[in-house]
Amino acid sequence: MSSRAEPVTAASGVHKRRGLLTWVSRDGLSTFAFLLPLLLIFGTFSWFPIVRSFVMSVQHTNLVSPPTWVGLDNFATVLSDPLFGKSVANTIYFALLALIIGYPIPLALAVIMSETRRFKGLYSALAYLPVVVPPVVAVLLWKVFYKGGPNGAFNSILGNVGLGPIQWLGDAAMAMPAVVVEATWAAFGGTVIIYLAALLSVPPELYDAAEVDGASILQKIRYVTLPHMRGILFITLILQLIATAQIFTEPFLLTEGGPANATTTVLLLIYQYGFGSSLGGHFGEAAALSLMLAAFLGVFTAVYFWLTRSWSTES
Amino acid sequence: MKLQLPFRHSRKSLPTAQRGIISLADWHKRRIRWSVQSLHAVTLIGLLIVGLGPILWLAKAAVTPTQDTLRQPMALWPNGFNLDLLVQTFTKVHIERFFMNTVWIAIGSWLCQITVATSAGYALSVLRPRGSRILYGMILGTMFVPSVVLLVPLYLTVLDLPLVNIKLVDTFWAVWLPAGASAFNVVIIKRFFDNLPREIFEAAQVDGAGPFRLFWSIVLPMSRPIVGVVSVFAVIATWKDYLWPKLVLPSLAVQPLSVRLPDLERGIQLDLFLASLAVATLFPIALFLMFQRMFLSGGALSGAIKG
Repeated sequence: MSSRAEPVTAASGVHKRRGLLTWVSRDGLSTFAFLLPLLLIFGTFSWFPIVRSFVMSVQHTNLVSPPTWVGLDNFATVLSDPLFGKSVANTIYFALLALIIGYPIPLALAVIMSETRRFKGLYSALAYLPVVVPPVVAVLLWKVFYKGGPNGAFNSILGNVGLGPIQWLGDAAMAMPAVVVEATWAAFGGTVIIYLAALLSVPPELYDAAEVDGASILQKIRYVTLPHMRGILFITLILQLIATAQIFTEPFLLTEGGPANATTTVLLLIYQYGFGSSLGGHFGEAAALSLMLAAFLGVFTAVYFWLTRSWSTES
Repeated sequence: MKLQLPFRHSRKSLPTAQRGIISLADWHKRRIRWSVQSLHAVTLIGLLIVGLGPILWLAKAAVTPTQDTLRQPMALWPNGFNLDLLVQTFTKVHIERFFMNTVWIAIGSWLCQITVATSAGYALSVLRPRGSRILYGMILGTMFVPSVVLLVPLYLTVLDLPLVNIKLVDTFWAVWLPAGASAFNVVIIKRFFDNLPREIFEAAQVDGAGPFRLFWSIVLPMSRPIVGVVSVFAVIATWKDYLWPKLVLPSLAVQPLSVRLPDLERGIQLDLFLASLAVATLFPIALFLMFQRMFLSGGALSGAIKG
């Protein structure tokens, strides 16, 4: 390596003033060597595909014939696809259900768990266990639980109290809630751990002060704990919304978008455009829909942060 | 301010250092203590059912014949034990092959992520060549692009690598290399390097270390905690990934567990399928129990500065 010669230059007084910076920036070749993995990997697998998705969205591409420029045709095709509206509605429905079912649970659990005296580790280990189960295993396991006959696991529990059997995944009205419950089960533990850490940062003096003012336990939660966690709550909310907008594995493996497209989400539609057997190879449409989703998420996130900018900073 | 002393007689008194929502005074009211404790009991039972229940069910189903699982899925104790099912997951399903594929994918992805993140973090934080701010901005920018945008163009890229025209599909490289393009890793590693004390670098420089030596013998050993965190994230992410490996690893010889398991569902008996799911879950749960401790011991850094 050329760096063998470095000690001489490093020791000389000329470079003392600017120090480290000058010393290493002289060795342009080794700097470049350190940048090379970054440039190659990000160039090929991040920057180039991002640019390419814009190009593809205005092209007709299908691996067979050479790509042709089609302007905004792909966007028009996607927008006029009856499945487009359906998939958007399904994704919003999924996001709302996940919000109603999945958002309050980790918060309530964390608040309760933070007050435990004994077995603290046991509580969080139990809550985190579903997160450890690989998502594919979790989905396939729940698919067995959701089995529609009277002998399905959930239906046999319901049968004991004289209810059911319910076609969990076979019924268009039940399918989406069933998917949401599975997704919530798989994810709530991670959020609980985040909230538990956030709860530790609430200064105990605030509770002391609230007690001086005669606050009850519920009032302390309402006026001290929750306001103090506002920042983290806003972050987890937007992260959950962004994640639910890109939900794929759960509906894909549980219902394959059925029954009657009741669980076809936007990402499932993108997959069908690009790789599905019936539509396959419509890469232009897939890219167009991806970009529309990304643009929506970008605008949504920006508006969200703009709307909540005052709430999350003051405390 | 007057300190409130903990009541001497009470075994159940709060640790005074860290108090929570419930005060000592609250805790000494019988009604409150009773309701809080019953709330905790209900929560614990609920967590046992919800968190542990499905996993225990899976463990039971892994040794229960199909007929029993079908007829009485919620029976607490299986009628017939069939430990042979666990053996069959190896002899018939060959779960170990797909497990090893997952391990190879995890190792390669980890290596690629660490190589890119540490070298890039070193270049951007310590070497800082001209234009590194722009480069860092371009990396940050990719964090705001949702992964869904990359799906199709990235697939076409690994199908036919630009300039060199190599097809990566059905090789581990198709997962390894894109895994390296993680802006998140580069950002947290760079920020960690930013906080390393410059005096050590200058001392090393006086002692005659070049940029490579500085990287390998000083910066990397000091970064063990953050490299550990990134490593754990990398392994977990590989273990969870489904859509991407499904797209780029279609042939059986290279499929990881997550891609293989859904296809198994149609091909084999329910009991063997559930046994396979159980075996696939064992390893991550073991990892979880191990790395719980690793996270607790992150204080390797302080020693380096003194030495």
